Amino acid sequence: MSTTETVPAPDQAIGDPTAPVVSFEHVSIGFDGHPVLLDINFQARSGEMVIVLGPAGGGKSVLLKLANGLLPPDAGRIRLFGMNIQTLPQDELFTFRRHIGMVFQESALFDSLSVRDNVSYRLIEERDNQEDIDRRVLECLRFVELEEAIDKFPPELSGGMKRRVAIARAIITQPSLLLYDSPTGGLDPITSTTIIELVMKQRDVYESTALLVTHRLQDAFTLATHRFNLKENRMERIENDGIDPNTTIMVLKQGRIAFTGSLVDLLRSKDPYIQEYLA
Amino acid sequence: MEIGEFLREKVLAVQDYSLLSWTAIANMFRRPFYWADLYTQADLIGFGSVPIVILTGFFTGGVLALNSATTLAQFGAKAVTGELVSLSMVKELGPVLTGLMVSGRNASGMASELGSMQVTEQIDAMRALGVDPLKKLVTPRVLSTIVMLVFLTIISDSLGVAGGGWISSGLGINASQYFHMAYQTLEYPDILEGLVKPLIFGFIIATIGCYFGMSTRGGTQGVGRSTTQAVVYSSVLIVFSDFLISRLTIGIFGR
Repeated sequence: MSTTETVPAPDQAIGDPTAPVVSFEHVSIGFDGHPVLLDINFQARSGEMVIVLGPAGGGKSVLLKLANGLLPPDAGRIRLFGMNIQTLPQDELFTFRRHIGMVFQESALFDSLSVRDNVSYRLIEERDNQEDIDRRVLECLRFVELEEAIDKFPPELSGGMKRRVAIARAIITQPSLLLYDSPTGGLDPITSTTIIELVMKQRDVYESTALLVTHRLQDAFTLATHRFNLKENRMERIENDGIDPNTTIMVLKQGRIAFTGSLVDLLRSKDPYIQEYLA
Repeated sequence: MEIGEFLREKVLAVQDYSLLSWTAIANMFRRPFYWADLYTQADLIGFGSVPIVILTGFFTGGVLALNSATTLAQFGAKAVTGELVSLSMVKELGPVLTGLMVSGRNASGMASELGSMQVTEQIDAMRALGVDPLKKLVTPRVLSTIVMLVFLTIISDSLGVAGGGWISSGLGINASQYFHMAYQTLEYPDILEGLVKPLIFGFIIATIGCYFGMSTRGGTQGVGRSTTQAVVYSSVLIVFSDFLISRLTIGIFGR
C-alpha cells in the first residue's frame, strides 16, 4: 500500500485506530555531541493527556519537536497513529501534520499576518472555501474567547492573548493530536490559569490526545485534578478529590524518564529526585 | 576551536547550502506553486530595486565615459568612447554592479527576514502547519531574483550607455557617433555574456540570502550576523563567478 493512501484528510480516521496515538520506542537525540534525550519510551493512547515535567533545558521541547517530526531522532522509532513517521517522505510528512496541532513556547505567530490570517493559515494554504474559513476562524476565536482581536496583529497582543491565538491556530483543523510547548511559560499566574483552562476545555470537550510540556508543577496539578464544565463554561475540581483518569504525568531527569504515572503515583513516589522536584 | 572542527563545520555548511540550492531548484517543478509569493517577491526585488539600479547604471556609464574620453583623447581616439562604454557596461559593469546592488539590498533583506522567522520559531510553526518553508519562502525568492535581475541588468546597461552618451556630448563627442559606435561594437556573444551573468548572480544572491536566513542561530545577534554574512558571501561569490564566466566566454567565443 502506498503511503499516500495511508494519509487521509484531517476529518477522516487516521492510521491504525487501535494503535497508541503517540509511541516513542528507545528514542535518543543529542546536539553537538551532547546527549539531550536518552532511551525515551512512552505511549499516549487516544484521548490521553501526557504532561511532561522537568527542569528547563531538560529536552522537553525537543521531545515535542521529535513527536511532530520537526527533528529526526538519532536512534529509536517514533510512531504516530501507528505509523512510523521516520519512514514518511518529506512531502507526506507535511500532509500528515494536518492531523497534529502544535502550540509553540513563544507562540510563534507570523508577525506580519493578522490574527485572522494566523488562525486560518493552514486552511488558506489548503485553499479551502473562503466562507468556510471565516466560519471556522470565528469558531476557534470564540473558543479561546478572543473574537474581538480578529483584525489585530501579533505585536499588538499581550503574551496571554498570543498564546490563545496560538491555541486557536493549532485547533482549527480539529487535529487528533495536540502538542503544547510550555503554554504558560512567562505568563502571570492569572493568565496561566486562563490558558490551562483552555487546554482543559480542549481535552474534555473534544477529547483530543495531547502532550503538554511544562516546568510548572501547578499546571500538572490543575489539569489532573480539574475538569471543564461546559454548561457553566469554567473549570471545576473533580468531586471527592478525584483525578482525571486520562491524564498521565511524566518527569524527565537528565534526558531520561524518571517517572511515568498518575498524579497519585507521583505524590506517593519514594524516588529522591521526584521528592526533591515536588518539594 | 580546533582546525578539524572548523573544517568539519565549513564542509557541513557547504553541504547544507548545496542541498538548499538543489531543493529550491527542484521545487520549481513540484506542486504546490506559491504564485502570490512569487509575484510579491518579484515586486519587492525587481520593482523595488529599480531606483538604485537606474542611479548606479547612469552614473557608472557617465564616469566611465568621463575617464575613458580623457585618456583616449591623448591618443586621438576620443571617438571610440562609445565602444568602450558600451562593451564595459554590457559585459561587466552592468551585471556586476546590478548584482552587487541587489545583493546589498535583497540578500540582506532575505537573511534578516528569514533569520527573524527562524529565531522566533515561525519557520518551525510553518512546518508544523503542514507548509514546506523551502517551497513557500525560498523557491519564490530564488526564481523571482533570477528573473528580475535579468531585467534590472538590461535597465542598468541601457542607462549606463545613456549616461555615457550624456557625459560624452558634454566632452565634445557627437552623440550620433557615440551611440553608433556603442551599438556597432556589440556582438551576440557580448549580449549573451551580459545576460547569462545576472542569471547566475540572481541565483547566488537568493540562495545565499535564504541559506544564511534559514540557518540563523542565536537570537537578534544571530540575525545581524547572518545579514552581514549574506552580503559579504554573495558579493564575493558574484565577483568570483563573474571572473569564471568571463574566462569561459572568452574561451568559447574568443572575446
